[in-house]
Amino acid sequence: MNLPIYMDYHATTPLDPRVLEAMMPYLTSKFGNAASRNHAFGWEAEEAVEKARKQIATLIGANAKEIVITSGATESNNLAIKGVAEMYAERGNHIITAATEHKATLDTCKRLEKHGYRITYLPVLASGLIDMDMLRESITDKTILISIMYANNEIGVIQPVREIGKLAKEKGVLFHTDAVQAVGKVPVNVLEDNIDLLSISGHKLYGPKGVGALYVRRKSPRVQLTAQIDGGGHERGMRSGTLNVPGIVGLGEACELCRKEMATESVRLRTLRDKLRAKLETALDEVYINGTMESRLPHNLNISFAFVEGESLLMGINDVAVSSGSACTSATLEPSYVLKALGAGDDIAHSSIRFGLGRFTTEEEVDYVAQKVISVVQHLRELSPLYEMFKEGVDLSKVQWTAH
Amino acid sequence: MAYSDKVLDHYNNPRNVGSMDKNDPNVGTGMVGAPECGDVMKLQVKVNPTTGIIEDAKFKTFGCGSAIASSSLATEMLKGKTVDEALAIKNTEIVNELALPPVKIHCSVLAEDAIKAAITNYKDKTAKEQAAVAQ
Repeated sequence: MNLPIYMDYHATTPLDPRVLEAMMPYLTSKFGNAASRNHAFGWEAEEAVEKARKQIATLIGANAKEIVITSGATESNNLAIKGVAEMYAERGNHIITAATEHKATLDTCKRLEKHGYRITYLPVLASGLIDMDMLRESITDKTILISIMYANNEIGVIQPVREIGKLAKEKGVLFHTDAVQAVGKVPVNVLEDNIDLLSISGHKLYGPKGVGALYVRRKSPRVQLTAQIDGGGHERGMRSGTLNVPGIVGLGEACELCRKEMATESVRLRTLRDKLRAKLETALDEVYINGTMESRLPHNLNISFAFVEGESLLMGINDVAVSSGSACTSATLEPSYVLKALGAGDDIAHSSIRFGLGRFTTEEEVDYVAQKVISVVQHLRELSPLYEMFKEGVDLSKVQWTAH
Repeated sequence: MAYSDKVLDHYNNPRNVGSMDKNDPNVGTGMVGAPECGDVMKLQVKVNPTTGIIEDAKFKTFGCGSAIASSSLATEMLKGKTVDEALAIKNTEIVNELALPPVKIHCSVLAEDAIKAAITNYKDKTAKEQAAVAQ
Protein backbone atom coordinates (compact mmCIF):
# COMPACT_ATOMS: atom_id res chain seq x y z
CA MET A 1 0.00 0.00 0.00
CA ASN A 2 1.34 3.40 -1.01
CA LEU A 3 0.91 6.58 0.99
CA PRO A 4 -0.70 9.06 0.72
CA ILE A 5 -4.02 7.35 0.10
CA TYR A 6 -6.40 9.07 -2.30
CA MET A 7 -9.98 9.02 -1.06
CA ASP A 8 -11.31 12.19 -2.66
CA TYR A 9 -12.83 10.77 -5.85
CA HIS A 10 -15.62 13.38 -5.88
CA ALA A 11 -13.03 16.10 -6.43
CA THR A 12 -11.38 14.33 -9.31
CA THR A 13 -10.41 10.85 -10.45
CA PRO A 14 -7.12 9.63 -11.86
CA LEU A 15 -6.99 8.93 -15.56
CA ASP A 16 -7.56 5.24 -16.19
CA PRO A 17 -4.44 3.86 -17.93
CA ARG A 18 -6.67 2.33 -20.62
CA VAL A 19 -8.07 5.79 -21.31
CA LEU A 20 -4.59 7.23 -21.66
CA GLU A 21 -3.74 4.45 -24.09
CA ALA A 22 -6.73 5.32 -26.25
CA MET A 23 -5.77 9.01 -26.19
CA MET A 24 -2.07 8.63 -26.98
CA PRO A 25 -2.28 8.45 -30.79
CA TYR A 26 -4.34 11.65 -30.82
CA LEU A 27 -1.74 13.42 -28.70
CA THR A 28 0.99 12.38 -31.13
CA SER A 29 0.64 11.21 -34.72
CA LYS A 30 -3.12 11.65 -35.20
CA PHE A 31 -3.17 15.36 -34.56
CA GLY A 32 -5.68 16.44 -37.19
CA ASN A 33 -8.36 19.04 -36.76
CA ALA A 34 -11.73 17.31 -36.74
CA ALA A 35 -13.12 20.21 -38.75
CA SER A 36 -10.64 19.71 -41.62
CA ARG A 37 -12.96 18.14 -44.15
CA ASN A 38 -10.56 17.92 -47.06
CA HIS A 39 -7.76 15.60 -45.94
CA ALA A 40 -7.08 12.36 -44.14
CA PHE A 41 -5.74 13.99 -40.97
CA GLY A 42 -9.08 15.70 -40.48
CA TRP A 43 -11.07 12.60 -41.39
CA GLU A 44 -9.36 10.38 -38.84
CA ALA A 45 -9.82 13.00 -36.13
CA GLU A 46 -13.49 13.40 -37.01
CA GLU A 47 -13.98 9.64 -37.03
CA ALA A 48 -12.43 9.41 -33.55
CA VAL A 49 -14.68 12.19 -32.26
CA GLU A 50 -17.79 10.54 -33.68
CA LYS A 51 -16.85 7.21 -32.09
CA ALA A 52 -16.38 8.98 -28.75
CA ARG A 53 -19.66 10.84 -29.12
CA LYS A 54 -21.38 7.50 -29.54
CA GLN A 55 -19.62 6.05 -26.49
CA ILE A 56 -20.75 9.02 -24.41
CA ALA A 57 -24.30 8.84 -25.70
CA THR A 58 -24.62 5.08 -25.12
CA LEU A 59 -23.71 5.46 -21.45
CA ILE A 60 -26.71 7.73 -20.84
CA GLY A 61 -29.17 6.22 -23.31
CA ALA A 62 -28.91 9.10 -25.77
CA ASN A 63 -28.21 9.51 -29.47
CA ALA A 64 -24.72 10.60 -30.55
CA LYS A 65 -26.18 13.66 -32.27
CA GLU A 66 -27.44 14.89 -28.92
CA ILE A 67 -23.96 15.22 -27.41
CA VAL A 68 -22.34 18.66 -27.41
CA ILE A 69 -18.70 18.61 -26.39
CA THR A 70 -17.56 21.25 -23.91
CA SER A 71 -14.50 22.02 -21.80
CA GLY A 72 -16.07 20.47 -18.71
CA ALA A 73 -19.17 20.47 -16.60
CA THR A 74 -18.88 24.08 -15.50
CA GLU A 75 -19.19 25.08 -19.12
CA SER A 76 -21.95 22.52 -19.69
CA ASN A 77 -23.98 23.96 -16.81
CA ASN A 78 -23.39 27.51 -18.02
CA LEU A 79 -24.39 26.62 -21.56
CA ALA A 80 -27.49 24.70 -20.50
CA ILE A 81 -28.84 27.31 -18.11
CA LYS A 82 -27.83 30.51 -19.88
CA GLY A 83 -28.53 28.97 -23.27
CA VAL A 84 -32.09 28.03 -22.30
CA ALA A 85 -32.67 31.32 -20.47
CA GLU A 86 -31.72 33.29 -23.54
CA MET A 87 -33.44 31.08 -26.10
CA TYR A 88 -36.73 30.83 -24.22
CA ALA A 89 -36.78 34.37 -22.79
CA GLU A 90 -40.00 35.17 -24.61
CA ARG A 91 -41.75 32.21 -23.03
CA GLY A 92 -40.77 33.05 -19.44
CA ASN A 93 -38.09 34.22 -17.06
CA HIS A 94 -38.37 31.81 -14.14
CA ILE A 95 -35.85 29.08 -13.31
CA ILE A 96 -36.01 26.61 -10.41
CA THR A 97 -32.89 25.13 -8.85
CA ALA A 98 -31.87 23.89 -5.40
CA ALA A 99 -29.81 25.32 -2.56
CA THR A 100 -27.35 22.41 -2.62
CA GLU A 101 -26.38 22.70 -6.29
CA HIS A 102 -22.79 23.09 -7.39
CA LYS A 103 -21.49 26.66 -7.67
CA ALA A 104 -21.40 26.30 -11.45
CA THR A 105 -25.18 26.17 -11.34
CA LEU A 106 -25.83 28.56 -8.45
CA ASP A 107 -23.54 31.29 -9.69
CA THR A 108 -24.88 30.97 -13.23
CA CYS A 109 -28.37 31.46 -11.81
CA LYS A 110 -27.20 34.43 -9.75
CA ARG A 111 -25.85 36.09 -12.86
CA LEU A 112 -29.16 35.56 -14.65
CA GLU A 113 -30.93 37.13 -11.66
CA LYS A 114 -28.97 40.31 -12.33
CA HIS A 115 -30.31 40.25 -15.88
CA GLY A 116 -33.92 40.16 -14.75
CA TYR A 117 -34.57 36.43 -14.42
CA ARG A 118 -36.36 35.13 -11.36
CA ILE A 119 -34.73 32.16 -9.66
CA THR A 120 -36.26 29.86 -7.05
CA TYR A 121 -33.64 28.15 -4.87
CA LEU A 122 -35.48 25.18 -3.38
CA PRO A 123 -34.44 24.27 0.16
CA VAL A 124 -33.71 20.60 0.81
CA LEU A 125 -35.01 18.21 3.45
CA ALA A 126 -32.72 16.85 6.19
CA SER A 127 -32.12 13.92 3.83
CA GLY A 128 -30.53 16.32 1.33
CA LEU A 129 -33.33 15.63 -1.17
CA ILE A 130 -35.71 18.21 -2.56
CA ASP A 131 -39.38 18.14 -1.62
CA MET A 132 -41.36 17.17 -4.74
CA ASP A 133 -44.48 18.99 -3.54
CA MET A 134 -42.50 22.15 -3.08
CA LEU A 135 -41.06 21.80 -6.57
CA ARG A 136 -44.54 21.29 -8.00
CA GLU A 137 -45.85 24.36 -6.21
CA SER A 138 -42.91 26.48 -7.37
CA ILE A 139 -43.68 25.97 -11.06
CA THR A 140 -45.49 28.92 -12.62
CA ASP A 141 -46.53 29.73 -16.19
CA LYS A 142 -43.29 31.71 -16.43
CA THR A 143 -41.08 28.73 -15.52
CA ILE A 144 -38.82 27.71 -18.39
CA LEU A 145 -36.26 25.48 -16.68
CA ILE A 146 -35.72 23.22 -13.69
CA SER A 147 -32.05 22.58 -12.94
CA ILE A 148 -31.54 19.97 -10.23
CA MET A 149 -28.37 17.94 -9.91
CA TYR A 150 -28.47 14.15 -10.22
CA ALA A 151 -26.18 13.37 -7.26
CA ASN A 152 -24.61 15.80 -4.85
CA ASN A 153 -20.85 16.25 -4.89
CA GLU A 154 -20.53 16.58 -1.11
CA ILE A 155 -23.07 14.24 0.41
CA GLY A 156 -23.65 11.95 -2.57
CA VAL A 157 -27.43 11.92 -2.27
CA ILE A 158 -29.31 11.06 -5.45
CA GLN A 159 -32.27 13.34 -6.19
CA PRO A 160 -35.58 11.87 -7.38
CA VAL A 161 -34.56 12.62 -10.96
CA ARG A 162 -37.14 10.43 -12.64
CA GLU A 163 -39.97 12.10 -10.74
CA ILE A 164 -38.58 15.54 -11.47
CA GLY A 165 -38.32 14.69 -15.15
CA LYS A 166 -41.87 13.39 -15.22
CA LEU A 167 -43.20 16.52 -13.51
CA ALA A 168 -41.22 18.80 -15.81
CA LYS A 169 -42.62 17.01 -18.86
CA GLU A 170 -46.17 17.29 -17.54
CA LYS A 171 -45.75 21.01 -17.00
CA GLY A 172 -43.94 21.66 -20.26
CA VAL A 173 -40.83 22.89 -18.48
CA LEU A 174 -37.32 21.89 -19.57
CA PHE A 175 -35.27 19.80 -17.15
CA HIS A 176 -31.51 20.12 -16.85
CA THR A 177 -29.47 17.95 -14.50
CA ASP A 178 -25.85 18.33 -13.48
CA ALA A 179 -25.01 14.62 -13.51
CA VAL A 180 -21.27 14.96 -13.03
CA GLN A 181 -21.14 12.75 -9.94
CA ALA A 182 -23.66 10.20 -11.16
CA VAL A 183 -22.79 9.40 -14.77
CA GLY A 184 -20.63 6.30 -14.95
CA LYS A 185 -21.27 5.50 -11.29
CA VAL A 186 -24.98 4.68 -11.29
CA PRO A 187 -27.30 3.89 -14.22
CA VAL A 188 -28.46 7.13 -15.89
CA ASN A 189 -30.91 7.11 -18.77
CA VAL A 190 -32.09 10.36 -20.30
CA LEU A 191 -35.15 8.76 -21.88
CA GLU A 192 -36.41 6.91 -18.82
CA ASP A 193 -35.60 9.87 -16.59
CA ASN A 194 -37.16 12.44 -18.96
CA ILE A 195 -34.02 14.56 -18.93
CA ASP A 196 -33.73 17.35 -21.51
CA LEU A 197 -30.22 18.56 -20.73
CA LEU A 198 -27.48 16.75 -18.82
CA SER A 199 -23.96 17.82 -17.86
CA ILE A 200 -21.00 15.41 -17.85
CA SER A 201 -17.39 15.91 -16.80
CA GLY A 202 -14.47 13.85 -18.09
CA HIS A 203 -12.25 13.91 -15.04
CA LYS A 204 -14.94 12.68 -12.65
CA LEU A 205 -15.19 9.33 -14.45
CA TYR A 206 -11.52 8.46 -14.96
CA GLY A 207 -11.19 10.54 -18.11
CA PRO A 208 -9.03 13.59 -18.70
CA LYS A 209 -9.55 17.08 -17.29
CA GLY A 210 -10.61 19.90 -19.57
CA VAL A 211 -13.30 17.99 -21.44
CA GLY A 212 -16.97 17.46 -20.75
CA ALA A 213 -20.26 17.17 -22.53
CA LEU A 214 -23.78 18.48 -22.54
CA TYR A 215 -26.60 16.23 -23.64
CA VAL A 216 -29.19 18.29 -25.50
CA ARG A 217 -32.42 16.47 -26.33
CA ARG A 218 -33.34 16.48 -30.02
CA LYS A 219 -36.79 14.90 -29.95
CA SER A 220 -39.94 15.53 -27.88
CA PRO A 221 -39.08 18.20 -27.20
CA ARG A 222 -36.35 19.46 -29.46
CA VAL A 223 -34.31 21.65 -27.12
CA GLN A 224 -32.68 24.75 -28.53
CA LEU A 225 -29.91 26.74 -26.93
CA THR A 226 -28.42 30.14 -27.55
CA ALA A 227 -24.68 29.60 -27.97
CA GLN A 228 -22.54 31.27 -25.32
CA ILE A 229 -19.31 31.13 -27.32
CA ASP A 230 -19.25 32.57 -30.82
CA GLY A 231 -16.98 31.31 -33.55
CA GLY A 232 -16.80 28.65 -36.23
CA GLY A 233 -20.18 27.09 -35.45
CA HIS A 234 -18.89 23.76 -34.22
CA GLU A 235 -21.16 21.37 -32.32
CA ARG A 236 -24.27 22.20 -34.33
CA GLY A 237 -23.67 25.86 -33.64
CA MET A 238 -24.06 25.40 -29.91
CA ARG A 239 -20.40 25.52 -28.95
CA SER A 240 -17.74 26.94 -31.22
CA GLY A 241 -14.08 26.12 -30.83
CA THR A 242 -11.74 23.53 -32.34
CA LEU A 243 -12.49 20.16 -30.83
CA ASN A 244 -10.17 18.79 -28.16
CA VAL A 245 -9.75 15.50 -30.01
CA PRO A 246 -7.52 13.61 -27.53
CA GLY A 247 -9.70 14.81 -24.65
CA ILE A 248 -12.86 13.73 -26.41
CA VAL A 249 -11.40 10.32 -27.28
CA GLY A 250 -10.49 9.98 -23.60
CA LEU A 251 -13.95 10.98 -22.43
CA GLY A 252 -15.48 8.47 -24.84
CA GLU A 253 -13.22 5.62 -23.73
CA ALA A 254 -13.84 6.52 -20.07
CA CYS A 255 -17.60 6.37 -20.65
CA GLU A 256 -17.34 2.98 -22.33
CA LEU A 257 -15.27 1.56 -19.46
CA CYS A 258 -17.78 2.88 -16.94
CA ARG A 259 -20.66 1.35 -18.88
CA LYS A 260 -18.97 -2.05 -18.95
CA GLU A 261 -17.71 -2.06 -15.37
CA MET A 262 -20.31 -0.05 -13.47
CA ALA A 263 -22.32 -3.01 -12.25
CA THR A 264 -19.39 -4.80 -10.61
CA GLU A 265 -17.58 -1.65 -9.59
CA SER A 266 -20.54 -0.16 -7.76
CA VAL A 267 -21.10 -3.35 -5.76
CA ARG A 268 -17.44 -3.47 -4.78
CA LEU A 269 -17.39 0.19 -3.75
CA ARG A 270 -20.62 -0.06 -1.81
CA THR A 271 -19.17 -2.95 0.19
CA LEU A 272 -16.01 -1.00 0.94
CA ARG A 273 -17.93 2.17 1.79
CA ASP A 274 -20.22 0.25 4.14
CA LYS A 275 -17.21 -1.35 5.77
CA LEU A 276 -15.64 2.06 6.36
CA ARG A 277 -18.86 3.35 7.86
CA ALA A 278 -19.29 0.31 10.10
CA LYS A 279 -15.74 0.55 11.42
CA LEU A 280 -16.10 4.23 12.27
CA GLU A 281 -19.51 3.83 13.87
CA THR A 282 -18.42 0.85 15.94
CA ALA A 283 -15.33 2.50 17.36
CA LEU A 284 -16.63 6.04 17.89
CA ASP A 285 -19.69 7.54 19.54
CA GLU A 286 -21.44 10.71 18.35
CA VAL A 287 -20.87 10.11 14.68
CA TYR A 288 -23.45 11.45 12.23
CA ILE A 289 -24.00 10.63 8.57
CA ASN A 290 -24.86 13.71 6.53
CA GLY A 291 -27.64 13.09 4.04
CA THR A 292 -29.74 10.00 3.51
CA MET A 293 -28.14 6.59 3.01
CA GLU A 294 -31.29 5.41 1.22
CA SER A 295 -30.69 7.29 -2.01
CA ARG A 296 -26.98 7.75 -2.34
CA LEU A 297 -23.97 7.11 -4.55
CA PRO A 298 -22.36 3.80 -3.58
CA HIS A 299 -18.90 5.33 -3.14
CA ASN A 300 -19.75 8.34 -0.98
CA LEU A 301 -19.63 8.73 2.78
CA ASN A 302 -20.05 12.14 4.38
CA ILE A 303 -19.79 11.91 8.10
CA SER A 304 -19.49 14.31 11.02
CA PHE A 305 -17.46 13.51 14.10
CA ALA A 306 -19.15 15.68 16.69
CA PHE A 307 -16.91 17.80 18.96
CA VAL A 308 -13.96 17.51 16.55
CA GLU A 309 -13.17 20.27 14.07
CA GLY A 310 -12.68 19.11 10.49
CA GLU A 311 -9.43 20.82 9.63
CA SER A 312 -7.70 19.55 12.76
CA LEU A 313 -8.89 16.08 11.79
CA LEU A 314 -7.49 16.44 8.27
CA MET A 315 -4.21 17.58 9.80
CA GLY A 316 -4.05 14.37 11.81
CA ILE A 317 -4.76 12.16 8.82
CA ASN A 318 -2.37 13.98 6.54
CA ASP A 319 -1.48 10.82 4.63
CA VAL A 320 -5.10 10.45 3.53
CA ALA A 321 -6.55 12.77 0.91
CA VAL A 322 -10.15 13.59 1.82
CA SER A 323 -12.04 16.86 2.13
CA SER A 324 -13.91 18.60 4.90
CA GLY A 325 -16.92 20.90 5.07
CA SER A 326 -15.08 22.88 7.71
CA ALA A 327 -14.74 26.60 7.10
CA CYS A 328 -11.07 26.40 7.90
CA THR A 329 -10.43 24.38 4.76
CA SER A 330 -12.21 26.81 2.49
CA ALA A 331 -11.21 30.23 1.26
CA THR A 332 -14.42 31.85 2.46
CA LEU A 333 -14.25 30.95 6.17
CA GLU A 334 -17.85 29.76 5.84
CA PRO A 335 -18.63 26.11 6.48
CA SER A 336 -20.14 24.01 3.68
CA TYR A 337 -23.36 25.58 2.36
CA VAL A 338 -24.53 22.11 1.38
CA LEU A 339 -24.37 20.81 4.94
CA LYS A 340 -25.91 24.03 6.25
CA ALA A 341 -28.79 23.54 3.83
CA LEU A 342 -29.54 20.18 5.50
CA GLY A 343 -30.23 22.13 8.69
CA ALA A 344 -27.56 20.21 10.55
CA GLY A 345 -26.06 23.25 12.27
CA ASP A 346 -22.71 24.88 11.67
CA ASP A 347 -21.00 22.81 14.35
CA ILE A 348 -21.84 19.60 12.49
CA ALA A 349 -20.69 21.18 9.21
CA HIS A 350 -17.37 22.12 10.82
CA SER A 351 -16.93 18.50 11.93
CA SER A 352 -17.58 16.82 8.61
CA ILE A 353 -15.36 14.70 6.40
CA ARG A 354 -16.20 13.57 2.88
CA PHE A 355 -14.82 10.20 1.84
CA GLY A 356 -14.99 9.47 -1.87
CA LEU A 357 -13.98 5.94 -2.84
CA GLY A 358 -13.16 4.94 -6.37
CA ARG A 359 -11.89 2.50 -8.95
CA PHE A 360 -8.44 2.19 -7.43
CA THR A 361 -9.43 2.10 -3.75
CA THR A 362 -8.43 -1.15 -2.04
CA GLU A 363 -9.77 -2.86 1.04
CA GLU A 364 -6.37 -2.45 2.69
CA GLU A 365 -6.64 1.30 2.17
CA VAL A 366 -10.11 1.39 3.69
CA ASP A 367 -8.86 -0.50 6.75
CA TYR A 368 -5.92 1.86 7.12
CA VAL A 369 -8.06 4.99 6.74
CA ALA A 370 -10.65 3.76 9.23
CA GLN A 371 -8.00 2.99 11.84
CA LYS A 372 -6.25 6.30 11.31
CA VAL A 373 -9.43 8.35 11.53
CA ILE A 374 -10.50 6.54 14.68
CA SER A 375 -7.23 7.22 16.46
CA VAL A 376 -7.10 10.89 15.42
CA VAL A 377 -10.72 11.51 16.43
CA GLN A 378 -9.99 9.93 19.81
CA HIS A 379 -6.88 12.12 20.22
CA LEU A 380 -8.78 15.28 19.29
CA ARG A 381 -11.67 14.46 21.58
CA GLU A 382 -9.19 14.24 24.45
CA LEU A 383 -8.40 17.83 23.56
CA SER A 384 -11.98 18.92 22.98
CA PRO A 385 -13.71 21.00 25.66
CA LEU A 386 -16.99 20.25 23.89
CA TYR A 387 -16.57 16.50 24.19
CA GLU A 388 -15.71 16.94 27.88
CA MET A 389 -18.85 19.00 28.44
CA PHE A 390 -20.93 16.50 26.49
CA LYS A 391 -19.59 13.69 28.68
CA GLU A 392 -20.47 15.75 31.79
CA GLY A 393 -24.02 15.95 30.53
CA VAL A 394 -23.97 19.63 29.55
CA ASP A 395 -26.50 20.55 26.87
CA LEU A 396 -24.25 22.40 24.42
CA SER A 397 -27.18 24.04 22.69
CA LYS A 398 -28.02 25.88 25.92
CA VAL A 399 -24.52 27.21 26.59
CA GLN A 400 -24.01 30.96 26.20
CA TRP A 401 -21.10 31.06 23.73
CA THR A 402 -18.99 34.10 23.07
CA ALA A 403 -19.23 34.11 19.30
CA HIS A 404 -16.45 36.01 17.62
CA MET B 1 -2.44 24.62 3.75
CA ALA B 2 1.11 24.18 4.91
CA TYR B 3 1.69 24.33 8.64
CA SER B 4 4.80 25.59 10.36
CA ASP B 5 6.91 23.04 12.21
CA LYS B 6 5.95 24.67 15.50
CA VAL B 7 2.23 24.37 14.80
CA LEU B 8 2.74 20.73 13.86
CA ASP B 9 4.74 20.11 17.02
CA HIS B 10 2.04 21.58 19.28
CA TYR B 11 -0.64 19.71 17.36
CA ASN B 12 1.15 16.38 17.65
CA ASN B 13 2.40 16.93 21.21
CA PRO B 14 0.03 19.38 22.81
CA ARG B 15 1.34 20.74 26.12
CA ASN B 16 -0.73 20.93 29.28
CA VAL B 17 -3.88 19.29 28.02
CA GLY B 18 -6.49 18.80 30.68
CA SER B 19 -8.87 20.34 33.14
CA MET B 20 -8.59 21.62 36.68
CA ASP B 21 -11.36 21.91 39.24
CA LYS B 22 -13.16 25.07 38.24
CA ASN B 23 -14.55 25.41 41.78
CA ASP B 24 -11.05 25.67 43.28
CA PRO B 25 -10.73 29.31 44.45
CA ASN B 26 -7.20 29.46 43.06
CA VAL B 27 -8.25 28.32 39.57
CA GLY B 28 -9.41 30.77 36.93
CA THR B 29 -11.31 29.39 33.94
CA GLY B 30 -11.84 31.08 30.58
CA MET B 31 -13.89 29.69 27.75
CA VAL B 32 -14.12 31.60 24.48
CA GLY B 33 -15.40 30.96 20.96
CA ALA B 34 -18.45 29.08 19.74
CA PRO B 35 -18.98 25.70 18.09
CA GLU B 36 -20.73 27.37 15.12
CA CYS B 37 -17.60 29.40 14.46
CA GLY B 38 -15.48 26.26 14.45
CA ASP B 39 -13.41 27.00 17.54
CA VAL B 40 -13.87 26.89 21.29
CA MET B 41 -10.96 27.28 23.72
CA LYS B 42 -11.04 26.49 27.40
CA LEU B 43 -8.03 27.75 29.29
CA GLN B 44 -7.41 27.43 33.02
CA VAL B 45 -4.77 28.92 35.32
CA LYS B 46 -3.90 27.92 38.86
CA VAL B 47 -2.51 30.83 40.82
CA ASN B 48 -0.46 30.71 44.01
CA PRO B 49 -2.48 33.05 46.26
CA THR B 50 0.50 34.31 48.23
CA THR B 51 2.92 34.99 45.35
CA GLY B 52 0.34 35.78 42.64
CA ILE B 53 2.31 33.56 40.27
CA ILE B 54 0.62 31.18 37.82
CA GLU B 55 1.80 27.74 38.88
CA ASP B 56 -0.12 25.66 36.40
CA ALA B 57 -2.10 26.13 33.21
CA LYS B 58 -4.29 23.69 31.28
CA PHE B 59 -6.25 23.87 28.06
CA LYS B 60 -8.72 22.06 25.91
CA THR B 61 -9.51 23.29 22.40
CA PHE B 62 -12.01 22.44 19.69
CA GLY B 63 -10.66 24.03 16.55
CA CYS B 64 -8.21 23.83 13.71
CA GLY B 65 -4.55 22.91 14.19
CA SER B 66 -3.55 26.54 14.58
CA ALA B 67 -6.15 27.07 17.31
CA ILE B 68 -4.87 24.00 19.15
CA ALA B 69 -1.27 25.19 18.80
CA SER B 70 -2.13 28.74 19.91
CA SER B 71 -3.78 27.57 23.11
CA SER B 72 -1.09 24.97 23.79
CA LEU B 73 1.56 27.65 23.43
CA ALA B 74 -0.47 30.02 25.62
CA THR B 75 -0.36 27.55 28.52
CA GLU B 76 3.42 27.36 28.21
CA MET B 77 3.72 31.13 28.20
CA LEU B 78 1.50 31.49 31.24
CA LYS B 79 3.39 29.26 33.63
CA GLY B 80 5.65 31.23 35.96
CA LYS B 81 4.14 34.59 35.06
CA THR B 82 2.29 36.80 37.50
CA VAL B 83 -1.35 37.47 36.87
CA ASP B 84 -0.59 40.97 35.60
CA GLU B 85 2.21 39.76 33.35
CA ALA B 86 -0.22 37.24 31.90
CA LEU B 87 -2.70 39.99 31.08
CA ALA B 88 0.03 41.73 29.09
CA ILE B 89 0.48 38.78 26.69
CA LYS B 90 -0.38 39.89 23.15
CA ASN B 91 -1.67 37.72 20.33
CA THR B 92 1.20 38.94 18.13
CA GLU B 93 3.64 37.03 20.33
CA ILE B 94 1.73 33.85 19.48
CA VAL B 95 1.57 34.75 15.79
CA ASN B 96 5.33 35.26 15.67
CA GLU B 97 6.22 32.20 17.71
CA LEU B 98 4.01 29.88 15.62
CA ALA B 99 4.53 31.69 12.29
CA LEU B 100 0.77 31.81 11.74
CA PRO B 101 -0.40 32.90 8.28
CA PRO B 102 -2.85 35.83 8.02
CA VAL B 103 -5.95 33.58 7.77
CA LYS B 104 -5.03 32.03 11.12
CA ILE B 105 -4.46 35.19 13.12
CA HIS B 106 -7.93 34.89 14.61
CA CYS B 107 -6.69 31.74 16.40
CA SER B 108 -4.09 33.79 18.27
CA VAL B 109 -6.68 36.46 19.08
CA LEU B 110 -8.88 33.77 20.52
CA ALA B 111 -5.98 32.51 22.65
CA GLU B 112 -5.35 36.01 23.98
CA ASP B 113 -9.06 36.32 24.77
CA ALA B 114 -8.94 32.97 26.57
CA ILE B 115 -6.00 34.12 28.72
CA LYS B 116 -7.83 37.33 29.62
CA ALA B 117 -11.04 35.43 30.39
CA ALA B 118 -9.22 32.96 32.66
CA ILE B 119 -7.38 35.71 34.58
CA THR B 120 -10.54 37.81 34.89
CA ASN B 121 -12.37 34.80 36.25
CA TYR B 122 -9.61 34.23 38.81
CA LYS B 123 -9.62 37.91 39.83
CA ASP B 124 -13.41 37.96 40.18
CA LYS B 125 -13.22 34.89 42.38
CA THR B 126 -10.56 36.35 44.71
CA ALA B 127 -12.41 39.68 44.89
CA LYS B 128 -15.59 37.89 45.92
CA GLU B 129 -13.72 35.84 48.46
CA GLN B 130 -12.07 38.90 49.97
CA ALA B 131 -15.44 40.61 50.12
CA ALA B 132 -16.85 37.58 51.93
CA VAL B 133 -13.91 37.57 54.38
CA ALA B 134 -14.31 41.31 55.04
CA GLN B 135 -17.93 40.80 55.97
